[in-house]
Amino acid sequence: MTTIAFKSVSKEYGGVRVLEDISLELADHEFLGVVGPSGAGKSTFLRLLLSQEQPTHGKILIDGQPIAPEPSQDRGVVFQRYSVFPHLSVLRNVTLGREWAKAPLTGRLRGQERGEVEAEAMRLLERVGLGSSADKFPHQLSGGMQQRLAIAQALIVRPKVLLLDEPFGALDPHTRKSMHHLVRELWEENQMTIVMVTHDLSEAFSLSTRVIAIDKIRYDPQDPTAYGSRIVSDIEAKSKIVRESRKAEAVRMLEAVA
Amino acid sequence: MKRVINYSPGRGPGLFLAILPFLLIGFVYLTASEARLAVNPADKLMPSFSSFGAALARMALKVDPLSGQYLFWTDTYVSLLRLFSSLLISTVIGLVLGIVIGFIPYVKAGFSALVAVISLIPPLAILPILFILFGLGEPAKLILMVIGVAPYIVRAVALTVGELPKEQMIKAQTLGGSSWQMILRIVLPQVMPRLIDMLRLSLGPAWLYLIAAEAISSEGGLGYRIFLVRRYLAMDVILPYVAWITLLAFLMDVALVATQRRCYPWYNPKEG
Ligand SMILES: Nc1ncnc2c1ncn2[C@@H]1O[C@H](COP(=O)(O)OP(=O)(O)O)[C@@H](O)[C@H]1O
Ligand SMILES: [Mg+2]
Repeated sequence: MTTIAFKSVSKEYGGVRVLEDISLELADHEFLGVVGPSGAGKSTFLRLLLSQEQPTHGKILIDGQPIAPEPSQDRGVVFQRYSVFPHLSVLRNVTLGREWAKAPLTGRLRGQERGEVEAEAMRLLERVGLGSSADKFPHQLSGGMQQRLAIAQALIVRPKVLLLDEPFGALDPHTRKSMHHLVRELWEENQMTIVMVTHDLSEAFSLSTRVIAIDKIRYDPQDPTAYGSRIVSDIEAKSKIVRESRKAEAVRMLEAVA
Repeated sequence: MKRVINYSPGRGPGLFLAILPFLLIGFVYLTASEARLAVNPADKLMPSFSSFGAALARMALKVDPLSGQYLFWTDTYVSLLRLFSSLLISTVIGLVLGIVIGFIPYVKAGFSALVAVISLIPPLAILPILFILFGLGEPAKLILMVIGVAPYIVRAVALTVGELPKEQMIKAQTLGGSSWQMILRIVLPQVMPRLIDMLRLSLGPAWLYLIAAEAISSEGGLGYRIFLVRRYLAMDVILPYVAWITLLAFLMDVALVATQRRCYPWYNPKEG
């Protein structure tokens, strides 16, 4: 069970108000799409949830507890770029999170422990379709493969929430499609919450269970920085209905069999 | 006619073009030297190639009766030892200070101005202080070279660390990395290939301070020898020594580039 709550959160950068009065309750296992025009504060919203930035007012809770004031393992992230480490092989990129958990001092594992972690990482790599690229360096991968790697790397520490900031923004339409499938499947398999920022409305609606749009609703031409963006619409998306009906279907089938 | 920028030589012609200027310089020297020697056979300013050979043979292949050593090789050994130890010390100082200054905001706040000011002190200007404090022996020379090179490496490493994408550091934290683990596995490995670039750029200053220190006070070394034989206008020794120093510096540069290519294949990859 993972719930997320924004309690009238606002964010200012040196007097410039970017977000204001954002309140949101997110139930367990949601796939939240965040849309809005460029510069509306979508990335800021995500950075707050990641604790890369602190809210100016308000607070953010996960499972009823305030989030840690710095990025931590319960919130994984994939950025549009620079999410993987260029100096580590594909396999090492994925084992990293586990190695750090098990070897606080040296940050790396040896021997049998390492073998176990590698096996776990390989399963994840196979799952995202990178099984045959384990020994390559990230620069030898295509953009889509790098994002698959970034996702596998984030998943190995089993975050409660996976945060995606325009993760497919730099990919061609075909690669995008296959990434959409992968992310949907991973979301269903892992029972985690996903928050995805995108400026592509159709992407948001085809993947998400819920979509929020943020934008400035008030604008003072005398003082353009006086108002920030708010949540201007909050919509249950198709996937939610599909998922619910699929669940109901499964229950009916079970009952029919019994 | 294509634009000039669109003509490029192939491998063979490229190599030829690279060697050509060297041949030209050699030829010009040879003609000038022969012309001077024709006028005055005792001319010392531009010795012939054969007197270079003789001088080198005397220095490198014969034991010097006074010291009982092969001067050329002991000079080389002593100078390289000084150069390498100073570079090693500077590298260690540069890595440790550079990484903590570049990575830990509080250390940066406390130290970066100090390091910036220290790096502006002209090292040769404080050489007398070093001699007063440490005497004329090895420590003063090493410290001079370290003062000349280390502040640059500290600052360059700190800058490099600051330029690593912030996304990487956020990602590392979401993977549970502590500050120490991030230094060990994210920062240091990515600084290493860039450190090699910094060392390449430091070779020039390192040699400069080495020769300056040896010229002023020393019992041996390449710089010492050059300044010693200057009294006898021994161009037949000085020029081969200069060429040898240049060759050594060039070989070090080549070795550093090769190390970088070999050990850090992920760095600066040419194509995908
Ligand atoms: N660190 C910062 N300092 C000052 N202003 C910022 C900072 N980060 C973002 N902003 C401003 O906040 C606004 C929203 O930025 P962002 O969240 O990146 O928008 P989006 O992701 O929706 O395009 C922009 O006007 C941007 O200039
Ligand atoms: Mg953005």
